[in-house]
This record gives sequence, C-alpha cells and structure tokens, in this order.
Amino acid sequence: MHVAGTGIDAPMMSVHGVRKSYRSGAGSLDVLCGVDLRLERGEFIAIKGQSGSGKSTLLHLMGLLDAPDSGEVRLAGERIDTLSSSRRDRLRNTSIGMVFQSYHLLPELSAMENVLAPLLVRYGVLDWIRFRSQARSRACELLERFGLGARMHHTPRQLSGGEMQRVAIARALVGRPQVLLADEPTGNLDSVSGAGILDTLGRLNREDGLSIVMVTHDDAIAARSDRIVRLVSGLVEDIGEPNDAVIVAA
Amino acid sequence: MYKLILCWRYLRTRWIALASVVSVTLGVATMIVVNSVMAGFSHEMQSRIHGVLSDLVFESHSLGGFPDARWHMEEILRTSGDDVLGMTATVAVPAMLNFQVRGQWVTRQVMFIGIDKKTHAQVGDFGRYLQHSLNREQLSFDLREGGYDTHDSQSDDPTPKRPAMEDAGWPHRRKRVERERIWREKLEAVDAAEHPTDKPIDTVFSATNNSANAEIEPLVPPVFENGDATDNALPSNETPATNDPFLVARPQEGRTMDPSQEQFVGIVPGIGLASYRDVSGVDRFLILPGDDVKVTFPTAGTPPKAVSDTFTIVDFYESKMSEYDSNFVFVPIESLQRMRGMIEPQTGIASVNAIQIKLKPGVNPEQVRDRLRRIFPAELYSVSTWRDKQGPLLAAVDMEMAVLNILLFMIIAVAGFGILAIFYMIVVEKTRDIGILKSLGASASGVAGIFLGYGLALGLVGAGAGLAIGLAITWNINSIRVGVEWLTGQRVFDPSIYYFFKIPTIVNPFTVSWIIFGAVVIAVGSSVLPAIRAARLHPVEALRHD
Repeated sequence: MHVAGTGIDAPMMSVHGVRKSYRSGAGSLDVLCGVDLRLERGEFIAIKGQSGSGKSTLLHLMGLLDAPDSGEVRLAGERIDTLSSSRRDRLRNTSIGMVFQSYHLLPELSAMENVLAPLLVRYGVLDWIRFRSQARSRACELLERFGLGARMHHTPRQLSGGEMQRVAIARALVGRPQVLLADEPTGNLDSVSGAGILDTLGRLNREDGLSIVMVTHDDAIAARSDRIVRLVSGLVEDIGEPNDAVIVAA
Repeated sequence: MYKLILCWRYLRTRWIALASVVSVTLGVATMIVVNSVMAGFSHEMQSRIHGVLSDLVFESHSLGGFPDARWHMEEILRTSGDDVLGMTATVAVPAMLNFQVRGQWVTRQVMFIGIDKKTHAQVGDFGRYLQHSLNREQLSFDLREGGYDTHDSQSDDPTPKRPAMEDAGWPHRRKRVERERIWREKLEAVDAAEHPTDKPIDTVFSATNNSANAEIEPLVPPVFENGDATDNALPSNETPATNDPFLVARPQEGRTMDPSQEQFVGIVPGIGLASYRDVSGVDRFLILPGDDVKVTFPTAGTPPKAVSDTFTIVDFYESKMSEYDSNFVFVPIESLQRMRGMIEPQTGIASVNAIQIKLKPGVNPEQVRDRLRRIFPAELYSVSTWRDKQGPLLAAVDMEMAVLNILLFMIIAVAGFGILAIFYMIVVEKTRDIGILKSLGASASGVAGIFLGYGLALGLVGAGAGLAIGLAITWNINSIRVGVEWLTGQRVFDPSIYYFFKIPTIVNPFTVSWIIFGAVVIAVGSSVLPAIRAARLHPVEALRHD
C-alpha cells in the first residue's frame, strides 16, 4: 500500500483506504471498498468504470461533497476529510474546482454571473466592492479563452450544451483551484462538442499545469489522459494500464 | 454577496411569491386604514367629550351642593395652584323641559346646568358649540337680534341646511308675538260674536261650524315658514286673560311684560332637544331662539320640592355628542341658585354642586385628582377626571380597537402561512441550485440566509406596498366614500348618526411602524423553516434532484 507523502513532494491529491457505503432497504450497499489513489501535481488522470462502479462517489469524496465512512482524503499532503464544515466549504471554494455531467449552472444568472459565482460566494459585500473589477476581468478572460466572449450575458437557457459545459469549466477555474475534478464532462454532449471539451481540458493540463481528475465510462475519452485508473464495483479490476495504477482494495 | 444577488433575482423572477406579497400588502393596508379611522373617531369623540367636560370635576354628592365655592377654589389652588389654568362653578340638577309644538306639550328629561358665563369658557370648549358667532366669542344669555348660523358652523359645507334659523332671535320672537296677537284678536272677535256675555274661550283650535255664522272663516293655528310650527298658545284648560305666557305679571317691576321687547331668563338647550333632520338633510326645529319654554326642577331644600319657571331660548348648544346635545340645558348660575334657594339669606353666599377645573398643558390629571382626593373627604366630595366620568365609554372604544387589531393581524398571520407554503415549494424547486451553491463552497448558513433574505425582501416589499396603499386610502377616504356612495347608491357614512361630516382619520407613525415591523417579522419568521430545510440538504443528493 502506498503511503502518501508530505511536504513539497506530496502528491496534489491522495486517497487512502477510503470506504463508502449507503443504506439500501434493510441492508447497506458498499460502493467503495478501500480505495487508494494518488494524483501527482500537473497530472491528468481518468477514472474509468461502468455505471454503478463508484467513480462518481469517489469524485464526490475527493471534492468534499461527501465524507468517507473510513479512510483519508488529502490535498497537498494535508488531510481534508476531517476538517470542520466551514473549512471544507472554504476548500471547495478556493482549491477544488468541479465540473459535472449536467453542467449545473444557476438558471437565473447569466454566463458571466455563473462564472463569477465562486467569487460571489467567497467575498462579502465589502470585499466584493474591492475586488469586483479584478473578478470581472478574470471571468471575462476565461470566457474569452473558451470562445464565449459574445455569450457573456446570455442565460444558460440561451446556450448550447457545449457552451454550458465551457461556462462550467470557466466557473471551476475562476478561483484558481489547485485541482479540477470533472465528472463525465462530455456525458451529455455530442461527439464534436465533447471533443472540444476534452481539448480544453488537455490544454489546461499542458499549458497551465492544472491537475485534473476526470471520471468517464468511455475508453476513448479515458485515453486522452496521462493515466487511466479502472474501478469496478468499488474494487480494482485492472491495475497498471498504461502505467502504475494505485487503486488498492483494502 | 451571492445571497443578495440571488434574493434580488428570485424576487424579480418568482411571480408566485408575489401572491404572498399581495396578502401581506392587503393586511398592512387594511390595518393602517382601520387604525387611522379608529384613531380619528376616538380622537374626535375624546375631544368632544373633553370639550364638554373640563379636565377635572370637583363635585358634591348632594343635589343641595356645598356652600362658598370661592373657599373651595382657594383650597384647590392652595394644593394644586401651579397646575390649574382655570376654574368655574356649576350647579347641575335633573329637570324636565316643557314646550309646546302645535298645541301639544312636549316634555323632555334634561340635565339643567347653571354656568358662570364669565368663567365657563376657561374650562372647556363650551363657546365653540354655540350657534351665534358673538356667543362663541363671549356667551351672553341675552337674546340676539338675529345673526344665528343657518348652517352647521362645525362643518366644511357652507350650504345652509338650517333655514329656520334665519329669523331666530328677536325677529322670530316679535313675529310670533305679532301672529299670536292677530290670532288672539280674531279669536276674541269670534268669541264676542258667539258669546256676547264674555265667556272664556275653552278650545285652542275651534272652527266655527255654527250655521248662523257660516260665512265666518274657520280659525286655524298660525303656521310658520318651512313647517316649523311653534305655538305657545294656551293649553286647553287655561284662559287667555290669566295664562297668556306673554302677559305674565312681573311682580318685581309691577307691570306686564311685553314679550316683543323683553325676555325671560335666557337658556341654552342642546340642539338635539329642539330639532330633527328630515330626509333631505335639512334641520327642522321644534323651537327656536326667541321661544319660551318651561323648566321644572327640584329645589335645594330637604325634601326637595318641584318648582317651574319660564325661560327664553337664546341659543343652541351643539357638541356633536348626542348624549350631551339631547340632555344638557344651560342657564345662568345665579338664576338657578336663586330659583333653587341655594343662596344663604343672611350671608348671601351661594352654594354650588360642582367646580370644573382646567389644568395647564402637560399636567397629569390623575395626579391632581389623587392630590385633591387626599384633601377633600370622599364622604362629601367626589373628584374625577374627564376620563373617569366617561370611563366605560372610552374603555369600550379601546377594547374595540384592541380586538380589531388582533383580528386584522391574523390576516397578516394567514399571509405568513402562505409565505411558508410558497417558500417550501421554492426550496424544493431550487434543490439542485442549492446543491450547486454548496459545491461551490456556500455554507449551510449562507444557503439558509438566501431564503431568510428572500422572506425579508418579500416582507419589506409587501409592507411597503401596503403602507403606500394604506396611506393613499386613508388620506383620500372621504373622496373614496363619495365615489362608493355614487356607485352603489347607498349611504356609506351617515353624518346624522356619527355627528361627523367627514370620516376622521389620524395616522399615528408609531402605530404604522409597529404594523410594518410586525408584517416583516411574520414574513421572515415564515421563511425560517424552509431556510432550515435548504440548509440541511445534502449537496450530493441535491445535485441529483431533478
């Protein structure tokens, strides 16, 4: 079993012996049965598995949207799963960006406002007045970069699926997170739009050095990553394709 | 910052929430209007009561009164002189007012009050309620040479509604005397023709149906213009020579009184005793200034005896309070004291049975009352504030206002339940959005704050709109009343019942502030449960919500 490092050589993110089960009727359903995972700085890994294999659950645990029943989740060597709720909220806002299959944009806000949403959560009224112009500049820069300069003031209802996903990616990046977690980012898109999204993720990883974890059930999409990790019903079925996979069942 | 933006965005886009805003608006507007109207009515009523009664009434338990009003006043000044603005002595006894209308004797039970015309105006608004402008400046018990108001001087409407008052005063008296003289002469001529032996007349209205005198016109009683028939002609069992009220001997002067030039002691009855309003809104009078009436009242002796005397009406008193306008009759205190035998023959000191006290502005009447009660024994004297005198009436009005406010506040409480239901629905609808916000780092308290802020915004918008509508209705209520009456053809507000010509309103800023505060508290309170539900949503489950 690999031991997570600490300090400057610590992985960007790591998961050790994580277990998660859910109540199901009279009994319980074990979704994760002791999972280990390392994400090095600047690495782009894909978690592959079929529906129900627990990959989204793993991503949610890494994104602090849920808590493991046991095990550890670390960010830059620091354990984050046992932090207080306010610190976990803060980490989600500042250090972890998430992109979802269904985009999850706020329908009443425009594209620009959706991208600004993490900063609106971060700043109070007085801070917002102080940092408003910087925040808007950052949001505009991202939207322009993703080819949405002309769609800034459109609401999600007025955007295509690909455009909505790019807005979601921009939102995930506006706070300059340390890691991006993407849950089936191309799941609701056509092949052309999906390819565009994958290109965007690839550029973010290569040009910006962003550490990315992407969940997918598609082999072709998974092949766009640096490393593939296979997860089957909470257990590792395949190890080391194309390099050393680090998921170990406890 | 996201809370503000989302509150504002939800307020603008969630029209269903406006349904709860409307109920808050209606509740606030209704409460403002009702409280303003009730406050106006209460204030008008209290000011009229207070205008009639002075701040404090110091009175004896006995109808005989207490002697030496001056000494009592000096004692009052000695204990509370710094608080007293003015005082006046009065004598008040129950009495019967009698007058004739078309040959019928009309009898009314009244409170006969002797007042000092020089000092009575110091303690109340008595002068304001009289019908002659000179009497309003300074009361006189002398009959005036016309000039009485032909319209209600306390109303904004200058249209004359009292045409009979045009000739009130000496013109009416002289006209009446002349008519009766003519009628008496005709009667005497008929009597002489029918009864050459000079027998007394035994009927008031007697038509001559004797066939031998068929060409003689039947006699009819004199009728005045506008149908106001006042007839002080003789009762059926009296003869003209000895019981003509206008030929009463004046023992003091040893001569016969000429009613066209002279009057009896002046009297000011409440207008409700002497008039009524017809269907067209015109006030009709049974008696007018210039007419004579009889009053029967008890003496101050033990046991009291009933005495009667004749008085001349010199003005009417109209306070708009039917309790006073239909009961009070005012007369010079000296005359009443003399007639009742309240003047000590040896010393000439007269008794009174009440002292009315006016206090300086800002003085607490209850404190002065309590101080005087400690000085003057309760077995002999009673000291009351004007509120004490009208305690049950004022308490009933206060109770009515309190109950109305409770009932109306329940309207807003019902609106609160509407807000609760609508917010709960919005939380369910926004479940995925809540999950998104939490995934972006929004805290549970922050998410709850969105909905609490939304409730606050709805409460403020609803209360603000209610305030605007309530004030608009209150300030234009009389125009609205006219419009409603025109539209429906029904009388909404009858001045003859309320003695107001306009619906009185008083907007109390303190009351309005409480109403708005209460409405906002109910709106925010109603959003607490939905906000807690939103805060407790699990982000993963929320994100999966359809």
